Amino acid sequence: MFKKLNHEVVEKNAGLLAILTVVAISFGTLVEITPNLFMAETNTPMKGMKPMTALQFEGRDIYIREGCVQCHSQMIRPFRHETERYGHYSLAGESVWNHPFLWGSKRTGPDLARVGGRYSDSWHEAHLIDARDVVPESIMPGYPWLADAKLDGVLTPKKLSIFKDHFDVPYTDADIAGATEAVKGKTELEALIAYLQSLGTNLK
Amino acid sequence: MTTFWSAWIIIGSLIVIAGSAYLLRMVIVDKMGVEEGKEMPHTFDGIVELNNPLPRWWVIMFAASIVWALGYLAVYGVANFEGLTNWKSANKEFYSLSDVKAANAKSRENGEIIQYLGELDKADAVYGKTFAKYAAMPVEQLMEDSDALKVGQRLFIQNCAQCHGSDARGQRGFPNLTDNDWLYGGSFDKIKETISLGRISTGMMSWKAVLGGDQGVKEVVTYVRSLSGRRVNAKDAAAGKAKFALCAGCHGASGTGNQLLGAPNLTDNIWLYGGSTAAITDSVSNGRAGVMPAWSDILGHDKVHVIAAYVYSLSNKK
Repeated sequence: MFKKLNHEVVEKNAGLLAILTVVAISFGTLVEITPNLFMAETNTPMKGMKPMTALQFEGRDIYIREGCVQCHSQMIRPFRHETERYGHYSLAGESVWNHPFLWGSKRTGPDLARVGGRYSDSWHEAHLIDARDVVPESIMPGYPWLADAKLDGVLTPKKLSIFKDHFDVPYTDADIAGATEAVKGKTELEALIAYLQSLGTNLK
Repeated sequence: MTTFWSAWIIIGSLIVIAGSAYLLRMVIVDKMGVEEGKEMPHTFDGIVELNNPLPRWWVIMFAASIVWALGYLAVYGVANFEGLTNWKSANKEFYSLSDVKAANAKSRENGEIIQYLGELDKADAVYGKTFAKYAAMPVEQLMEDSDALKVGQRLFIQNCAQCHGSDARGQRGFPNLTDNDWLYGGSFDKIKETISLGRISTGMMSWKAVLGGDQGVKEVVTYVRSLSGRRVNAKDAAAGKAKFALCAGCHGASGTGNQLLGAPNLTDNIWLYGGSTAAITDSVSNGRAGVMPAWSDILGHDKVHVIAAYVYSLSNKK
């Protein structure tokens, strides 16, 4: 049977061609991606790492919603020309509770992996509403509606418990019970700033 | 990495390479039994195919990339196999900054080839001397060294201009560094301290309730405006002056501020958040709290020293 497995057989059987194609391309995934899902190196959090607060968590969802990841990466590679500008290179342990991860692959704007603490809250506020207010040459769009939109926090406890139950993020019952209270009435701008100020601060 | 996953990756990689070699072999062997260049028996809609071999350059490139792949794995390593050169891009499998630093020290000691550390050492050999030289110089000497000030300016533009502006003149909420009016002190040491450790303002609270609502705020604002020589309603100013006792705790009885607290001088007509009636009313009613981030961990002492000298030079021109 094997003798007959030549071009002609494969070319004349679309189904067989599809199966063999999947087999061929799945090797890359099996070798490069599958081990990362199970290895200790990529599943151990940083020492003393604290999960995001409810407000930071909501801020992260706004970061995702507004598509910040399209222009900002969160992954500092171990090159001097990156670490000089952005700070210490990213370590796997910092991302274990990130679902989905927001490493990004495009830097129209700067990397944000360690932007936490680099600017004041009021700088972020001015910058998010209109980046040209503080950095005249910036091409970042403005996000003024974030200052008006208030969070109601209805879904926040559910989000935290999903991360607790499925991704082993150590939220306590008190964290989850107090989640709505912690974010209710806060603006989306405050949440996003709280998230940005937390970025990269787990490397101690 | 556990032995299992290491083996998984190594065996998987080798299977891919062996599979590619097998594929190459399969497509270069002529199994058609037709003389080269002649028509092969399969036709479709009258289209025929000649038995032509694959281009030689393509076959050679394919074979070369298989050899290259094996060589690459042997030299740079794969999974737990460290490779013949013991090369690593960086020490990455650690969970705290001190662990990374310890691993780096150990790698240096053992003479391992860590590309990232190599880059740092190379840069340090070039720039380290310059920064060490500047770090040892007092500010008076740095101010006479135009190269040092240029280095300071470049670092300022990269790290400080986002808030203070590329000309260091600041903007609303972010202090002007060229006017010799200082919230926390303008000596070289104070500037250096501010950059290194940052400043978290004690924060001005909202005074509206304490001052008795809008009327009280209006009177205090009127008095504050009079301090910098504005013409104001004398009756309101007099009422405001009495209430200003509450403000004197931070801003001083005469309103000249207190650099220990970062409380601004209200008499010099320099306004961080605007000097209009509306802006001052906003400040008094809702409070203010500025934050300067700490830079010593990000930039290191030597760079902070040069930046501080540059900032100092802006308002202390010779």
